[in-house]
Amino acid sequence: MSGLDTKTIAGVLGFEADMGAAAARLAERANREGLVDVAYATLDTPLGTALVANTSRGLVRVMLPNDSVDEIVERIARELSPRVLELPARLDLERRELDEYFSGRRREFDLEIDWSLTKPGFYREVLRTAERKLPYGATASYGEVAAWAGSPRAYRAAGSALGHNPIPIVVPCHRVLRAGGELGNYGGGPAMKEFLLRLEGAVE
Amino acid sequence: MTRPPFQRFLDEHGRPVLAFLRAMVGHHDAEDCFQETFIAALRAYDRMDGRHPRAWVMTIARRKAIDHHRARARRPEPHDELPEVPAAEPAGGLGDLDGEIWSAVAELSEAQRAAVALRFAADLAYREIAAALDCSEDAARRRVSDALRELRRNIDREEALR
Repeated sequence: MSGLDTKTIAGVLGFEADMGAAAARLAERANREGLVDVAYATLDTPLGTALVANTSRGLVRVMLPNDSVDEIVERIARELSPRVLELPARLDLERRELDEYFSGRRREFDLEIDWSLTKPGFYREVLRTAERKLPYGATASYGEVAAWAGSPRAYRAAGSALGHNPIPIVVPCHRVLRAGGELGNYGGGPAMKEFLLRLEGAVE
Repeated sequence: MTRPPFQRFLDEHGRPVLAFLRAMVGHHDAEDCFQETFIAALRAYDRMDGRHPRAWVMTIARRKAIDHHRARARRPEPHDELPEVPAAEPAGGLGDLDGEIWSAVAELSEAQRAAVALRFAADLAYREIAAALDCSEDAARRRVSDALRELRRNIDREEALR
């Protein structure tokens, strides 16, 4: 009777092969069947690895470089839907436009935006306003953005809204400065804000 | 219960499920069953058993393997293999012994194959095997040990044929 040891049996049966291709095909099929509530992909930028995510409604999240992909994906699962898969093919347009932006070949994004991760009401209005009214290369103060959004004195709330922007770069919170011209805060850090403003020629 | 992102669920359980399915339906058909399994898991994700996520997806995988065999049995094309016997393929490295083990696995009954596959292909702990087989941990140990005995008998028979 074979004394074939379990370690050998496990070694043969459990032989680990690459799952990468199978996983990619799975994501594509899941998407075709309408099961992927949120798709995401990473992209290389001059600042490091960024991440973009979309729903069927549009771009819902941009992660700035040096944040953690795993953490962002966990938060997406909590805040939007756990049906979230890595699926670069569905983020083709977003990745291409951001690429073009970083290489100076694009000034305006024509992307559908899903505002679900923004707080409804004034906060959302501030972000929508910034996206609509603050063009490439221009800047505005928190007070001005607050005024555009309908509450001229709510510059602190505007600052808070911009500080919680889930779609940086495309929703240009980096173009909003303190009244005196100081850069002000930025989720990705002041160096990143300065980089983007320089890229756009908004500052020397 | 907050479910983890499905991508993470796939990353954590994909390889053991693929290994399990290779043992259940053979290398060639394992990927199809893998797709079916995770599509079904994604559809049913709301209802996932949070205490034993791996056992949960293995249960789905096993059903898909059974469906696969039934579908093959129904197909009118002539084929040499019995519906119960998945195509055996060497995983690499051990030559003849490899092939013997795969063939021997293929000869097990579905239930015994599942026990062997959960323990030796997917490397599940007995507590999880019990959850996947819906039995006690003691019963799971017995089933694996019985299946292993049968597997060894099959391997001996394979060797004797050489």
